Amino acid sequence: MMTRILFARLCILIALMLSPAISRAAEWDIEQLMQSLAQIRTDHASFVEKKTIAMLDKPVESSGELLYIAPDHLEKRTFKPKPESMTVDGDTLLIERGRQKHRLQLQDYPELAAFIDSIRGTLAGERRALERHYTLSLAGTAAHWTLQLLPVDEKMQSVVKRIRIEGAENALHSIEITQRDGDSSLMRIEKLAAP
Amino acid sequence: MKSARGRTAIVLWLALIIACLIIISRSQFTADLSAFLPKTPTPAQQLLLEQIRDGLASRLILVGIEGADASSRAALSRQMAQRLRVDPVFVSVNNGEPVSVERDRAYLFNNRYLLSPQVTPARFSISGLHDALADSIDLLASPAGLLVKSLLPRDPTGEMVQLLDQLNSGSRPEMIDGAWASKDGSRALMLVQTRASGSDTDAQQHAMTAIRQAFNEAHVAAAKLVMTGPGVFSVTSRNTIQSQVTRLSLISITLIAALLLLVYRSVTALVLSFLPVISGALAGIAAVSISFGSVHGITLGFGTALIGEAVDYSIYLFVQSEQDQQRWITRFWPTIRLGVLTSIFGFASLLLSGFPGLAQLGLYSIAGLITAALVTRFVLLHLLPANFRIHDVSHIGQVLFRLVAHAAKLRLAAVLLLLVACVILTLHRNNLWNDKISSLSPVSPADVALDAALRADMGAPDVRYIVVVSGASQESVLQSAEQVSRILQTQVDRGEIAGFESPSRYLPSNAAQRARQNSLPDPAVLATRLSMAAQGLPVHAQMFKPFLSDVEAARRQPLLQTADLEKTSMAMAVDALLIRQTDHWSALLPLTAPAGRDINADRIRTALSALSGVLLEDMKAESDNLYSGYLHEIIQLSLGGLLAIIGLLLLVFRSALRVLRIIAPLAAAVITVTAGLAMFGQQLIILHLVGLLLVVAIGSNYALFFDRADHPGIAVHQAAISPRTLASMLFANLTAVAGFGLLAFSKVSILQAMGVTVAPGVILALIYSAIFARKTP
Repeated sequence: MMTRILFARLCILIALMLSPAISRAAEWDIEQLMQSLAQIRTDHASFVEKKTIAMLDKPVESSGELLYIAPDHLEKRTFKPKPESMTVDGDTLLIERGRQKHRLQLQDYPELAAFIDSIRGTLAGERRALERHYTLSLAGTAAHWTLQLLPVDEKMQSVVKRIRIEGAENALHSIEITQRDGDSSLMRIEKLAAP
Repeated sequence: MKSARGRTAIVLWLALIIACLIIISRSQFTADLSAFLPKTPTPAQQLLLEQIRDGLASRLILVGIEGADASSRAALSRQMAQRLRVDPVFVSVNNGEPVSVERDRAYLFNNRYLLSPQVTPARFSISGLHDALADSIDLLASPAGLLVKSLLPRDPTGEMVQLLDQLNSGSRPEMIDGAWASKDGSRALMLVQTRASGSDTDAQQHAMTAIRQAFNEAHVAAAKLVMTGPGVFSVTSRNTIQSQVTRLSLISITLIAALLLLVYRSVTALVLSFLPVISGALAGIAAVSISFGSVHGITLGFGTALIGEAVDYSIYLFVQSEQDQQRWITRFWPTIRLGVLTSIFGFASLLLSGFPGLAQLGLYSIAGLITAALVTRFVLLHLLPANFRIHDVSHIGQVLFRLVAHAAKLRLAAVLLLLVACVILTLHRNNLWNDKISSLSPVSPADVALDAALRADMGAPDVRYIVVVSGASQESVLQSAEQVSRILQTQVDRGEIAGFESPSRYLPSNAAQRARQNSLPDPAVLATRLSMAAQGLPVHAQMFKPFLSDVEAARRQPLLQTADLEKTSMAMAVDALLIRQTDHWSALLPLTAPAGRDINADRIRTALSALSGVLLEDMKAESDNLYSGYLHEIIQLSLGGLLAIIGLLLLVFRSALRVLRIIAPLAAAVITVTAGLAMFGQQLIILHLVGLLLVVAIGSNYALFFDRADHPGIAVHQAAISPRTLASMLFANLTAVAGFGLLAFSKVSILQAMGVTVAPGVILALIYSAIFARKTP
């Protein structure tokens, strides 16, 4: 009897002790995440990316650096296995591979545009830009959050199934993209000192 | 007898007027710059001219929508485009909406093995295939992988990526809410191509109306429509010139009529004095229309001003004749006839000009002046009522007579003024002439600024350098274009140029297409090579079955022809870059300069020097050369005209001294006016020169009248110039100033140039004639 009462009190006590933590977790919402992400004006990081493509017998691994300058400049420089770079500036995508240069207008490739905007929008903390193409859901705490993006557009859904971005505070740790056909890529990101 | 001849003259005159009216009612009026471009150009100029008149650039209208907010501008743009796309007046309407993207991609993808310059036997060897596959796999793993993944089984060698790349090389405007917008987002943009050529001003006006209607029907009150482009320029220029000419001629006719009414105090005299003027103007326009096919607005503007000179003949008749018309015919008509001949000799030099615009002015003047003089002499005389008389102007004549008697005292001052004028001319000799063709353009600076702004928004810089390939057939120019493209590509790689366009990119020559087809192995061979090429790569050759069947189809497909491009955006490019002239073909390869610097034309020329029938044209230099060439030509022709006038006078008078005395005041007037213009910073254009010719033409009448006074054949009591003659010259001078002076206030630079030259010029010619006239003993 005594022990039951004690147990019940203990439970209340624990509950009371936990309650601030619970309420703090509930406060941690997309708006807050976006606000803290928006504070980052430039971001420089290294990445390791592993792509699993059904057409290829084995996954392809690549590594390099990422550079983001607010609001809409995103650069992905790959050093291994072959040097190449992808630069997005506003509406223009420039892909450089060796001596080849491909310049694309994102307006011509809506799927690619939506895809790039998922990353750029997250980095910029632009909730509205993200919600134009995706349904957002947030899990975890500020110290370790997971933002999930599900495409809204049917055409986009036929290409991308899900994008999951993990991070801590205002730093991104990984971006995982799962395509509708099963192909996927996982990019791990580590912050570097500003260039 | 006399009245019978009179009746014949009147009937002939009426017939002439009716004929002229019929011709004029069927005439076309234009206002574009092409009238000021040569009629017998070199082949390079020919191309430039055709580009200006009919080329793709001439058929483009840039449309901007301003005001309202961004999303309603974009909506308006889409709404207008939808309406205009079904209008047969337009070949294409582009506002960024992806109307032809699907078709463009289908054309490129389905014909990739005939279009891609990478398709060579080496690329379809085992090692070539291996490299191409490895490259495609890399691309698959790259950020662009998303785009190429679905293509890989059908296009493992990546031809489509290559082709798309070429197509996307040009910069394009930004998209805002699904339509093109300027960089600052303040206006929505649309690029419209008309079916009619830019030189068809009526059709361009029709196209502009259609665009405006589409805009108005959308009923967005806050929005504003702006348009620009060569065709738009032609239309607005024509409207400006027409409205100015109408207004100026109304004002000048009113002024001259008021002046004449003041002098004559007789409505009959006023009406009669306009008969030669109207006849002359009609004959002038009709003559130009018959000879040139169309009448330029400037010719009409000039015609207005010529009223001031044509009216002189009737003034001379009325004021000088003192009711005795027979005596006028014997005493004054020979002098006037000589004056008319002098003017014709001067203007005949314009007829020889290679500029159709100037030749028009020359023909108009000659036809107009001859008609006006003949109508005065042979028709007007017979129309005068029996008791015709005008207000007595002898008192004015007397005042002038006394003034003229003292005019010689001003000789020293006049000589000094002339010396000063000569000094000014010497100081300004290097920048006296404006040899930029743009100086002739009747387009206002505001319109030019709008044009530049819209072009910058559209990301369509003016093309200055074009490689022109000429040949006997479409096939031969396409083959040369392919050779040139290979050389230009090395220049791109070296950074000499940022890029270039070529029709062969979208429509390769048959030879190139056949060579590409021959590079493709048959299916069995390709399958074997492919499986060997895939060794060591993370792919299975079985995946590429669609590739094998696509290659097999490409081997058998008919070669691409112009018609295959239909309904793609590339059709427009080929249409613009591949030109059929009467007996030969040309391909144009415009070059894009590297960012921030100019193209080194000499280096490109050297690189291309090995090829025959290939020229690098500098469009800007070419058009300026063209104009300055004609400027020099017209200067020489004018000097020739002056010599012809001197020759004529020598023939008539057989006295060098007399001729010198007649020419001297005219030369003095020309020098003084030119110096005045130079002093006020007006650089001379061709139309100033035409103005100077007019000064000589009109001034020659004054000089001849002053000279006539001491003609040895005339009796002593008539030796001094009579007060009546002086009065007639003053009235003639005032009407000329009224006619031409108004042009000086015109907004159209070429009309203004004539006005500021002729008005002061004729006043000076009269004063100098009086000052330098031989003193009566």
